[in-house]
Amino acid sequence: MKIFLLVLASMTTVGPGLWRPLYPAEGEEEITVPAFELDEAAVTHRQFLEFVQEHPEWRRDNVGSLFADEGYLDSWAGPGELGSSVGRGHPVSGVSWWAARAYCSSRDARLPTEAEWELAAQASTEEADASEDPEHLAQILAWYSRPGNQTDPVAHSEPNFWGVYDLHGQVWEWVDDYASALVANDNREDGTVDITRFCGAGAITASLKIDYAAFMRIAFRSSLQADSTTRNLGFRCARDLPKEAP
Amino acid sequence: MTLNQTIMCLAAAALLAGCNSSTSTSESSAPSVIPEANAAGPIAFAPGLASALPSSEVRGWTPEGDPITGEVTYAPDVPAPIDRDYPAKVIIELETTEEVMEIADGTDYTFWTFGGAVPGKFMRVRQGDTVEFHLKNHPDSKMPHNIDLHAVTGPGGGATSTFTAPGHETVFTFQALNAGLFVYHCATAPVGMHIANGMYGLILVEPPGGLPAVDKEFYVMQGDFYTTGEYGAEGLQPFSMDKAIDEDATYVLFNGRVGALTGDNALKAEVGDKVRMFVGNGGPNLISSFHVIGEIFDKVYPEAGTRFQENVQTTLIPAGGAAMVEFEVEVPGTYIIVDHSIFRTFHKGSLGMLQVGGDEAPAIYSGQQSDTEYEAEPLK
Repeated sequence: MKIFLLVLASMTTVGPGLWRPLYPAEGEEEITVPAFELDEAAVTHRQFLEFVQEHPEWRRDNVGSLFADEGYLDSWAGPGELGSSVGRGHPVSGVSWWAARAYCSSRDARLPTEAEWELAAQASTEEADASEDPEHLAQILAWYSRPGNQTDPVAHSEPNFWGVYDLHGQVWEWVDDYASALVANDNREDGTVDITRFCGAGAITASLKIDYAAFMRIAFRSSLQADSTTRNLGFRCARDLPKEAP
Repeated sequence: MTLNQTIMCLAAAALLAGCNSSTSTSESSAPSVIPEANAAGPIAFAPGLASALPSSEVRGWTPEGDPITGEVTYAPDVPAPIDRDYPAKVIIELETTEEVMEIADGTDYTFWTFGGAVPGKFMRVRQGDTVEFHLKNHPDSKMPHNIDLHAVTGPGGGATSTFTAPGHETVFTFQALNAGLFVYHCATAPVGMHIANGMYGLILVEPPGGLPAVDKEFYVMQGDFYTTGEYGAEGLQPFSMDKAIDEDATYVLFNGRVGALTGDNALKAEVGDKVRMFVGNGGPNLISSFHVIGEIFDKVYPEAGTRFQENVQTTLIPAGGAAMVEFEVEVPGTYIIVDHSIFRTFHKGSLGMLQVGGDEAPAIYSGQQSDTEYEAEPLK
């Protein structure tokens, strides 16, 4: 089983590289992202079903309401079966942040950080950093012109520069610190939050105004809470690079 | 009011930045203000839009009676006038969707909507009503959405309280302090794109006593659209961010589609009818020079404000603004509704029709009486 999982969930090394947050804090206009490992493909329904079978506490009929809202895995025919209308090899969706974290943890992995995800996602098929390539940006935006939640099997398209598939064009994906770029529920009233970083400066300070897809990802992530599930939100896992032997 | 609007603009800027604050106002740099009652008092064109405000120091009404489900309608229909003489609690539900519909014959576009259509559903409440507003975002949506109702007094016009992920529902309550006709729209980043995709509509806040009775009321809303293909290019046309930024509209439309108000879809009235049009402009970019060919507006409430102007040919409607126009139709025939920035009408789609039936009125308009040649002097 483990081998099976490993084959399906092979990781590739991404980075190191520089990522410019859309709303950078002072002195953080460019963030150096160390190299890390990232799933080549998003987690599929079949993989998540196996996880749920091994960890029945994450079945939709068992999961606590704190950890997943009512939409959790609601496309499945039953708590332990996908049914015929769910594409086994398609990206899983309807998964909360808690569930995504638990899945990755079960694989000795974790969710990628926003910086890691964005670093991987700014690559086109040719370039590590295509964040100012109008054609690349237009391709990403085109996804938003396709309504609904139709997906393809994962790794259906061409991999990007790092060998990663489908960061754009299939489903939104959880990042570990999805709320960090914004004022999260828990720290909304916290005086230590640097408000100007998020709000006061408005769009005027956004570092790369042409990257409208990045605006959308921030808008989308900021609409989420940790128990949120939506039909077009999936995830993939990441891992630190193995420490080199001394 | 100016200060109040400034606050809302700041809130909008915050939203553009993707600021998610559903309750807190700590990021708002301007002080909160309770708008004062208009001391001089608007001149009451009884029973027009102007109305007395409660005399208490803090503006506000207490809802009476049982909660009411607010009636909402698709354009060009308008909910019936309100016959209540008291402020009520009104519950309104609106669902945001993202769906492919025809923008012109043979041309599809992915519209983002309030209620499944462009423009969004028309809402009608009474000044002083307490509105419990439910915003649902369809589970198939890719985007989060929210709503900024210009009828709302409060941060973001409701946008900061209605940021809604796909499959979720948010609720907030506001009191309709000011009477008037107001635009609502989505204010989620990137705001321009959400509006350009059709996320706007109108909410009418009637003054106590209502508006003067008319025979026909219509809901017309203009919007500009930006597609990668040219006007009329077939198939599913993606949104063009470049054209939107350049304000180079591919389509300028009434009610979200070429032909939404022509042919079988034309607005209809009879000779002798008093007609009122609630006209909004969703933008995102263009200002409308709204005109009905062959009619003179007996009354226009410019910018949908309290006072009216009379005998107007063309009225300017700002993006994110509205107007109410009223006229009586005396002569039968087809009246063309246009944005008199006229290339938009003949090349971008901003053309509607009002078909008036009934008996001819030759004393007012004869029709063509003759067509003959005449002896002209040669041009020099």
